[in-house]
Amino acid sequence: MAYSDKVLDHYNNPRNVGSLDKKAANVGTGMVGAPECGDVMKLQIRVNDESGIIEDAKFKTFGCGSAIASSSLATEWLKGKTVDEALRIKNTDIVNELALPPVKIHCSVLAEDAIKAAISDYRTKQVASVSAKQPELVGQLVA
Amino acid sequence: MKLPIYLDNHATTRMDPRVLDAMLPYFTELYGNAASRNHEFGWAAEVAVDKARKQIADLIGATPKEIIFTSGATESNNLAIKGVAEMYAEKGNHIITAATEHKAVLDTCKKLEKGGCRVTYLPLKADGLIDLDMLRESITDKTILVTIMYANNEIGVIQPIAEIGKICRERGVLFHTDAVQAAGKIPVDVNKDNIDIMSITGHKLYGPKGVGALYVRRKGPRVQITAQMDGGGHERGMRSGTLNVPGIVGLGEACELARKEMPEESKRMAFLRDKLRAKLEAGLDEVFINGSMEHRLPGNLNMSFLYVEGESLLMGINDVAVSSGSACTSATLEPSYVLKALGLGDDLAHSSIRFGIGRFSTEEEIDYVADKLVDVVSKLRELSPLYEMVKEGIDLSTVQWAAH
Ligand SMILES: Cc1ncc(COP(=O)(O)O)c(C=O)c1O
Repeated sequence: MAYSDKVLDHYNNPRNVGSLDKKAANVGTGMVGAPECGDVMKLQIRVNDESGIIEDAKFKTFGCGSAIASSSLATEWLKGKTVDEALRIKNTDIVNELALPPVKIHCSVLAEDAIKAAISDYRTKQVASVSAKQPELVGQLVA
Repeated sequence: MKLPIYLDNHATTRMDPRVLDAMLPYFTELYGNAASRNHEFGWAAEVAVDKARKQIADLIGATPKEIIFTSGATESNNLAIKGVAEMYAEKGNHIITAATEHKAVLDTCKKLEKGGCRVTYLPLKADGLIDLDMLRESITDKTILVTIMYANNEIGVIQPIAEIGKICRERGVLFHTDAVQAAGKIPVDVNKDNIDIMSITGHKLYGPKGVGALYVRRKGPRVQITAQMDGGGHERGMRSGTLNVPGIVGLGEACELARKEMPEESKRMAFLRDKLRAKLEAGLDEVFINGSMEHRLPGNLNMSFLYVEGESLLMGINDVAVSSGSACTSATLEPSYVLKALGLGDDLAHSSIRFGIGRFSTEEEIDYVADKLVDVVSKLRELSPLYEMVKEGIDLSTVQWAAH
């Protein structure tokens, strides 16, 4: 299989490899795929509490070169975007940017799913932490 | 050392220059048809073919008359299995084979099933060997043929061929073996091994592509097979078509070289293979050998590098030619059915690499490949969420995957 230059570049110099503290309230973690299918992507975002902007994104991927490149590219695109803007990233954008052949489209779908899963995790945590903070807030108001 | 390095000798081998030298005259001055009985051009070709028949027979302990030339092992396997099924249809319609056979055997059997044959696909033990008791129990009075490969093309595992042959002989069932990977690499003897029909091909033993042979036993028992192509009745009526004289000369020469050099060569290949394995095991944790190490071709190593996907691994070692059992590298997008037949999970199959060391492999190449693999696997594990989880003490089998 011949790889596009961009896939090779991401494979050889993957951007934003690593992990963020998955327990932090402003970190969202998405893990998609399964080892039996040959791809697992873990994608994490850290959102600035005040601005709502994604200030860091990290990934780790088990999968072929195109899967690695798709997730590496996704982290690049996520940084600096708001969560709502991030939700507008489509797998087809990744396909076009990396010139993925038809057999590798599922890699881009997986990357889109990972973004959505990370954001969904982040939002769930936000709701939980807001409701957890509620009594405290009330107390402060009273004081 | 020249790059890229070729370590895919189960797929095909580089032709030995001595084989090419032997073949060349038969492309140019000696172009006769071996079936032309009335002039010198034909006689020269016939002499060359007879010599090759003897060279092949000598490698496998057969007599020259028992060698039928074909276009390769795919044809040999088809001819053997379909030819027996047709010839012995009155005796029975049951064939026994194994799940890890080459597609040229499996798909031939599937075709026969459509035509009314019954086929038993024996499962394999975890080490890749067949269970002889299961074979015994599978034979019925309708069984006409057992076809089990000598050595596997992915995991290099060598089956207990002599014992399988003995069981077949005792039960009056014909025994065919696809010896493509074994012939020329390890001692193969059709008499000691109780083989009735055997397939070989030129390009796996440093000979040319597009030429192969089928051994068909003439005595004890006398095996008959129905031809699968109609024509001039060449090769004792079993395989029509003008003989590929240069190819046959090359196959013969390749067999003679293999016979003479096997004792030395197999030792050298096993040394290189063991060195590769030792270096990989010293440099990496979480590696797994697929198939029996004890019953294995000297040049084969099949290893899974856990938590790293095979295609991404191949990408990182793009100056080394090997193959992977990963789905991504196969035309069908399915992980290796051979590894799956050993009961390996798909995840191990996705992470597997097959190394095929050959006559022209050097120690320097093996050192380079081992170092490079340690480097690339380590790098990819830094990228692997699975490796990270395992290092955190998570048992991956307990994880609920959001499968796609
Ligand atoms: C075990 C086995 N059988 C059969 C074949 C087919 O041989 P050929 O390429 O000569 O048709 C191969 C090689 O691809 C093989 O490895």
